[in-house]
Amino acid sequence: MYEKYMIVPEKAKKTEEGFEIAARLPYYRGVSLSMIEEIEVKVDGETLPHNDVMIIVNGKTYNTEQRENELEERWEMVDDAILSVKKEGGFASGEHTVDLKMVLRIGYLPFPATRFAVPKTISL
Amino acid sequence: MSNLIKRAVSLYSYQDEYFQRKMTLEDCIAAAAATGATGIELIGEQSVANCPKLPSDAFVDQWFGWMDKYKVTPVAHDMFLDYTKKKGHYWSDDEAVESFKQDIRFAHKLGFKIIRVIVNTTPQIMEKVIPFAEDHDVKLGIEVHAPWNINSAWMAKHWEVMEKTGTKHFGFIPDMGGFTQRLPRVQVDRLIRQGADPEIAKFVCEQHEKGVMAEYTIYEVSRMSNKRIDMAVAELSRHNTYVNPISLVPHIDRIIHIHGKFLEMLEDYTEYSIPYKEVVDVLKKGGFNGYIASEYEGNRHIQDIYEVDSVEQVRRHQEMLKRLI
Repeated sequence: MYEKYMIVPEKAKKTEEGFEIAARLPYYRGVSLSMIEEIEVKVDGETLPHNDVMIIVNGKTYNTEQRENELEERWEMVDDAILSVKKEGGFASGEHTVDLKMVLRIGYLPFPATRFAVPKTISL
Repeated sequence: MSNLIKRAVSLYSYQDEYFQRKMTLEDCIAAAAATGATGIELIGEQSVANCPKLPSDAFVDQWFGWMDKYKVTPVAHDMFLDYTKKKGHYWSDDEAVESFKQDIRFAHKLGFKIIRVIVNTTPQIMEKVIPFAEDHDVKLGIEVHAPWNINSAWMAKHWEVMEKTGTKHFGFIPDMGGFTQRLPRVQVDRLIRQGADPEIAKFVCEQHEKGVMAEYTIYEVSRMSNKRIDMAVAELSRHNTYVNPISLVPHIDRIIHIHGKFLEMLEDYTEYSIPYKEVVDVLKKGGFNGYIASEYEGNRHIQDIYEVDSVEQVRRHQEMLKRLI
């Protein structure tokens, strides 16, 4: 669901340590950040360590542990979140292919909801 | 009060346009009203920021302003219990009850008289929240969603709570997806696009239409293919169930609302998979006079290659209901 909208390449931008992209929630209702079981980003086929991916929701930045413990703050269905990724030495200017996987824990499903975004090319 | 069945639209139907920010919440309400529906259903956590926390007074004023402007009534709010909200922890009953109560406060604040209770809610929790729902005059309806049907063991446990408490504030909300006579082709076609074998898909559709139990079909397909995607096609037959709508008859007085699930409305105002006429006839004959709320769910199965037109799909669905009622 919403796989082709999960990555918003137009909002990609280079940062000092890496880059930021906007992401959309692949689900039909907002969730508390704690319900995001996993965010996995691949750049040009290389999986980034989870701790090098931060999520910014409602202007607040969370690393994996902070996100898992955030029971109150919500990522609403209509809102962008920003994924901020870093890599030692940063990323070269130019085009990169981004893959995104998100796993959500949904209380009424007996299994986690795993979504693979349609990969997108971003320009840095 | 009219004895006719009433028509509502669940704003869930417009989720694709809403997600893409082509329609605002007000646009969704306006589109629902334009079909002639008089009731609004929504998933609070989809349509209202920070739900189930209570919305601001400004939002509440705006909400009732929209209800007046478009001449519609709030009918049902759909709640969830996020039992696994905290990593590594499964909610206790007390935590679930507290969350549930917040949804009741939310529904009450926005004028909803019915809450659609998510199907995994336990009968024990229902028993604990009924007095709170009675105090707020909000009726709770357990969603009878495939693969369950109204006579499943799980529903019988909820029925037992209805009987034991004698409450007027707990009943059933059957989902029309429980009457899926033909497998939705929008689902089948999507899986074929993802690599499923069209011949196996054809076999599964035929078995489903014959009424063969899903487990047999799943077993047969497991002998034909070892691909996960082919098994997913076979499993469609388990997630889309069909029971004869006559199954509703013994429970008709406990049915408080209907989820008019649909996946594909055709140009001739019929649904591709679900024999709406047969179900509506049973409801009419039984004297059901609540709402049927259009709930379009085909969007997610076609959005990979088509532009979704939820507004047209809902319009056709409402026109069908108008003719059948």
